[in-house]
Amino acid sequence: MGYAKQPDFGTPAVRSDRTVTLSIDGREVTVPEGTSVMRAAAEIGGDIPKLCATDMVKSFGSCRLCLVEVEGMRGTPASCTTPATEGMVVKTQTPRLEKLRRSVMELYISDHPLDCLTCSANNDCELQDAAADVGLRDVRYGYDGAHHLGQAPDLSNPYFLFAPDKCIVCSRCVRACDEVQGTLALTVDGRGFASKISAGTAEDDFLSSECVSCGACVQACPTSALMEKSVKEHGKPERSVVTTCAYCGVGCTFRAEMRGEQLVRMVPWKEGKANRGHSCVKGRFAWGYANHKDRITSPMIRDSIDEPWREVSWAEAISYTAGRLKDIRAQHGARALGGITSSRCTNEETFLVQKLVRGGFGSNNVDTCARVCHSPTGYGLKTTFGTSAGTQDFDSVEHSDVILVIGANPTDAHPVFASRMKRRLREGAKLIVIDPRRIDLVRSPHIEAQYHLPLQPGTNVAVLTAMAHVIVTEGLVDTQFVAERCEVDAFEDWARFVADESHSPERLEPVTRVPAEELRAAARLFATGGNGAIYYGLGVTEHSQGSSTVMAIANLAMATGNIGRPGVGVNPLRGQNNVQGACDMGSFPHELSGYRHISDAETRALFESDWGVTLDAEPGLRINNMLDAAVDGTFRAIYIQGEDILQSDPDTKHVAAGLKAMDCVIVHDLFLNETANYAHVFLPGSTFLEKDGTFTNAERRIQPVRRVMDPANGYEDWQVTQLLANAMGLGWDYGHASEILAEIARLTPTFAGVTWERLCEEGSLQWPVNEANPDGAPVMHVDGFVRGKGHFVVTEYVPTDEKTGPRFPLLLTTGRILSQYNVGAQTRRTANTAWHPEDLLEMHPTDAENRGLNDGDWVRLASRKGETTLRIKVTDRVAPGVVYTTFHHPETQANVVTTDFSDWATNCPEYKVTAVQVSASNGPTDWQEDYAGLAERSRRISHEAEGEPAE
Amino acid sequence: MDRIDQIVARHVDREGPLLPILHDVQAELGAIDTAAETRIAHLLNLTRAEVHGVVSFYHDFRAEQDLRPVVQVCRAEACQARGIEAMMPAVATAAGDRVRVETVYCLGLCSVGPNARIGDDLHARLNEAALTKLVEGA
Repeated sequence: MGYAKQPDFGTPAVRSDRTVTLSIDGREVTVPEGTSVMRAAAEIGGDIPKLCATDMVKSFGSCRLCLVEVEGMRGTPASCTTPATEGMVVKTQTPRLEKLRRSVMELYISDHPLDCLTCSANNDCELQDAAADVGLRDVRYGYDGAHHLGQAPDLSNPYFLFAPDKCIVCSRCVRACDEVQGTLALTVDGRGFASKISAGTAEDDFLSSECVSCGACVQACPTSALMEKSVKEHGKPERSVVTTCAYCGVGCTFRAEMRGEQLVRMVPWKEGKANRGHSCVKGRFAWGYANHKDRITSPMIRDSIDEPWREVSWAEAISYTAGRLKDIRAQHGARALGGITSSRCTNEETFLVQKLVRGGFGSNNVDTCARVCHSPTGYGLKTTFGTSAGTQDFDSVEHSDVILVIGANPTDAHPVFASRMKRRLREGAKLIVIDPRRIDLVRSPHIEAQYHLPLQPGTNVAVLTAMAHVIVTEGLVDTQFVAERCEVDAFEDWARFVADESHSPERLEPVTRVPAEELRAAARLFATGGNGAIYYGLGVTEHSQGSSTVMAIANLAMATGNIGRPGVGVNPLRGQNNVQGACDMGSFPHELSGYRHISDAETRALFESDWGVTLDAEPGLRINNMLDAAVDGTFRAIYIQGEDILQSDPDTKHVAAGLKAMDCVIVHDLFLNETANYAHVFLPGSTFLEKDGTFTNAERRIQPVRRVMDPANGYEDWQVTQLLANAMGLGWDYGHASEILAEIARLTPTFAGVTWERLCEEGSLQWPVNEANPDGAPVMHVDGFVRGKGHFVVTEYVPTDEKTGPRFPLLLTTGRILSQYNVGAQTRRTANTAWHPEDLLEMHPTDAENRGLNDGDWVRLASRKGETTLRIKVTDRVAPGVVYTTFHHPETQANVVTTDFSDWATNCPEYKVTAVQVSASNGPTDWQEDYAGLAERSRRISHEAEGEPAE
Repeated sequence: MDRIDQIVARHVDREGPLLPILHDVQAELGAIDTAAETRIAHLLNLTRAEVHGVVSFYHDFRAEQDLRPVVQVCRAEACQARGIEAMMPAVATAAGDRVRVETVYCLGLCSVGPNARIGDDLHARLNEAALTKLVEGA
């Protein structure tokens, strides 16, 4: 099997209930009404020559190559813009068409460099293909006329180049940017022969333009005018493997296009149901970290964190680790041991880590990073609907009429889904944004929110209750839905509660700072505007009232009847690629896979008999409790797979103190991350390109991850866990991730129908996959809620204990930026730093002026917990009194200032509200200097074996 | 920038306000430069690329101010048939660097060509002497 391009049908698929039958070159074909003749021909294996058409964008009809003859029709219409009709008789190849097409091709080629052999698109070029298809044998015009050759390429983007002399101005790139990505960063400059592709104004290049580097233009380009630099470097791929992206919770599927073990490029897979052939700058381009020089591939150990690391064999590392763990267990008991599963690793790897902790260590001290992001989602949606997950698939947004985005910034954090949402908004859907910050969705080209409610951070519950007040008191409740689908008593209690005058927008305005009239109008729009869909992110969950907010969202959806069909629903945008999966796999201390409580004897018995162990019936410790217990001396050892809690968890000094107090910290990761500064054992990890397994995205979609190259460290991550388990005497013998998946399916009712083979065949499955839903469930709660009747919960607004005062008058809230991802371990080690080299503090001009600060100044950011320094960006995106930053860079360590306040139900930290003060600064804080020193000392690796002195 | 904001405010409620805005900016400021494109894009919630695409498409919009008088000379088929091409060297000499001569394709007066336009005034039945005189007097 050589390299084959993804099929291209020329024009997008059409959805229609009616079909038409036509004849093309004597062959009959039946297609949905509205399908182009070009696509109809492709459906039966035809391939009408084309240049300006590709099925990712609408037909355009400019290249004049796809001409056909249609019986009874004058002239030679373009097949891309001609819809197929009933009884149509089409000829795609006649002497007249041959002549026309060749003439057109001659014109193209007369102004194109004839350097095919040295061109990076050689043998992967649609212009070349078209020339072959039309039988071009001669160019009568010669090559000496006016031309566009010899222009300098634009190399400004780190990942792709624009070579204008290879450009045929088909405008596929412009249309891909407009239609697929929705950024509209490209245009055709000038007209006629002078037409050229331009990334904005005369002063812009690709990097300075509004381009977000999603790569849709590169994918759309038929020639090498827009080309990945990696293809120019390595050559054309020889094979491709479909796999799932390891960045955010959208779960884009890609074809990893390979040459040998070299990844040449990632191209979004058109069949991917989450991304539908689109990608962002991270997934498509930011994979260089896999071979970064910082990557550690040998295991390392040390007795104390003051010592340099010692590289050892896998055998020594594993026996050393198992020995220490067994000693600690013998001395302090099983509950002194614990582990943290990773939302970046596969379901299978996560499942094994919690199995090792529960069955091998003998405690339930297992937690996961969902603790610090979407644990309130699990709690809130389980309480109200009966299941800990979002209710829709991403396709659902195509049917939404009113979209409510709260505490999420999809264009930065979930860019591929944001593009799909923006497409729906451009089609006319209405948008309400509830966010303290003016995120891009509030106003960006062709997108404008009908209402932006810029609330005071920490008042989500008050705002949502006020919206519910309007809906109930103005008679906008979907009473039929509530009567049929929900617990009526609970509804009535809730309706009485929200209807109380104390919850009116007017009364709450001083608290929320949202103008009451705006809030009323937004509530009316949501309740009456048709299909209403709610999308939310960590701006909802990472609060002291995170769980209450999730339940308030669920209440709102139920009260307006927006559950159980496409276009509606409650949609948590999950942060990490497999955070849904990590939660599903039993990563929480109180739950086994499938969200079954550890205290349930029947469930426990199922696992005990399958695993041949006895399980502790008591829920274990959560991450923050493990750290507290470590400081108290009762918790001594931790196995952390693929998570950097020192940088990502709140109150960095508290995390550091906990880790420092432990006897054995095992970090299993790609890089010596910040947590590893406190570790005794470092087990090198493998990237998503080096392993088989599955990820589950935000729409509960289980998708295969496939190994395209051998692990640089020698083992897939689950194999390392298995080595450790066996060194502790557990006798596991999994030979492939699919065997682990089979065990998960055997033990987890919602995964009952999932198999590796089926996933490979069908591409993906959305859980639950069980008897009731043998093919999975794109939309949940269709005929009834999982818990039976929907449950309204009274959500009283309780202000956070984190309050502003004279010393700390500003509220800090944190978030992400498009080009960086989470703690930045991967993206900081790619060229994505071109867009975001450091964390910046956004501040309103008024607040900056009051402090005598200017854009770009170094400032000290201090809270009751700690302080750090960074540069400020003065902008009116944030309201006065609110400041905002990202947490991508360890030099900044924004979490030094965040507090240990957390959600009342789940302990999800309150990252989004910290009272701070900002003042001028001229250098790093003591903590930053101390920590930099510690990190440098701690990262030393001794190479005694080679006789070299310690570095 | 205030001028641009004022011009945009005049037209922003129209359906398709971009072209009327560009015409007014060109007329009042003499050019539509990158800063103007950027500001108009921001105010209309369009991208810079979209505005630049439109500006660069039309010959009447200029990126840089040019204070020279303009004479538009038609060199479409009918005027060519009536001898305009032979007059062009003389026109160029008469214009020198002082006058900008723009070629246009049809002023809609084909039966009475060769034709030219200065501002909103049309001039027909031109011969070389009349045309160079027009250019010199522009």
